[in-house]
Amino acid sequence: MAKSSRSVPALNASSMADISFLLLTFFLLVSNMDVDSGLARRLPPPPQTEEQTSVDVQRRNLLVVLVNAQNETMVQNQIGSEWYATAEELRGAGGKVPLKEKVKEFVLNTSNSEQLPKLTEEDFGPPIGVVPVTDQHVVSIQNDATTSYKMYIAVQNEVVRAYNELREEGARKYFNTSYAELTEDQKKQINDLYPQRISEAEPKNYGGQ
Amino acid sequence: MGKFNKGGKKEMPALNSSSMPDIVFAILFFFMVTTTMRSETLMVRMKLPTASEVQKLEKKSLVTYINIGPPMEARLGTGTQMQLNDRFAQISEIQDYIAQEKASMNEADQPLMTVSIKADEETRMQYITDVKQALRQAYALKISYSARSGQSK
Repeated sequence: MAKSSRSVPALNASSMADISFLLLTFFLLVSNMDVDSGLARRLPPPPQTEEQTSVDVQRRNLLVVLVNAQNETMVQNQIGSEWYATAEELRGAGGKVPLKEKVKEFVLNTSNSEQLPKLTEEDFGPPIGVVPVTDQHVVSIQNDATTSYKMYIAVQNEVVRAYNELREEGARKYFNTSYAELTEDQKKQINDLYPQRISEAEPKNYGGQ
Repeated sequence: MGKFNKGGKKEMPALNSSSMPDIVFAILFFFMVTTTMRSETLMVRMKLPTASEVQKLEKKSLVTYINIGPPMEARLGTGTQMQLNDRFAQISEIQDYIAQEKASMNEADQPLMTVSIKADEETRMQYITDVKQALRQAYALKISYSARSGQSK
């Protein structure tokens, strides 16, 4: 063999693209990008003793949202009750007052009614200052054993929507911007102003199997 | 003007495609970094309910999943089943499962653990409530009802 200095022959790299495309396709197939989303809830800790299972809530501070086995919804507080047969009616179809309006009226109690939750003055720091809030209110969502999960989520969604709209209004009123654009501290202030007080009760077997 | 010279016979110059692998590799690395591997195969069929007020679950490492729905295989019937980690499980096994998942987590992250309940929309609430009670007993109090975003029908 001749020991002359030979130049390295050029590698044919044209199949490199094919190989990398193959790898890319493989990773596209085996990986998933979808971010899980859902309605976040906090469960109460398990009861420590037998008698601790029930907490006394004044009747005026309670809004009962009951979903029965036929997937019908009833909202009831001291003022009165409303009946929704379908998920569309929850959002206001058929001339019904939407569930979210009921919840908002209940949480705000702007008229300082005796029938709605008690207002107490609380300081939330600048720029909100001292405002009356219903810090004792509870929205109790109750369901039957055979209620469908779909309807339950629809009801939960409407209640959360009411709170989200309240927070949005609060952000517009006190910070002049939308809730999504607030800083973490400001969000916390608004959340303290309108805390989500949703209770998910144990199921009761009201009707049917 | 020469610009509009149509008569001239011109050959298309060869495209230099030597940087194509680099570009494809860049995309490949992007996908490798941003995505997670599918860790478990679903054994239950589920159509998640829709809701408009959903929040995204930010940190995937903090989320534990519970899948509920009718089994994929028809011979197993249509009854509601629960899948934990690649196998069917009973509600009584939730507590062990949660404890196991918690133990495998960073100690600082343990209080932030979220359980995502992915349940079929036709599930009876009795089942969900049982699961919720089991989660309470296991002190997994942060939960999320998994739902697709969009207007519910």
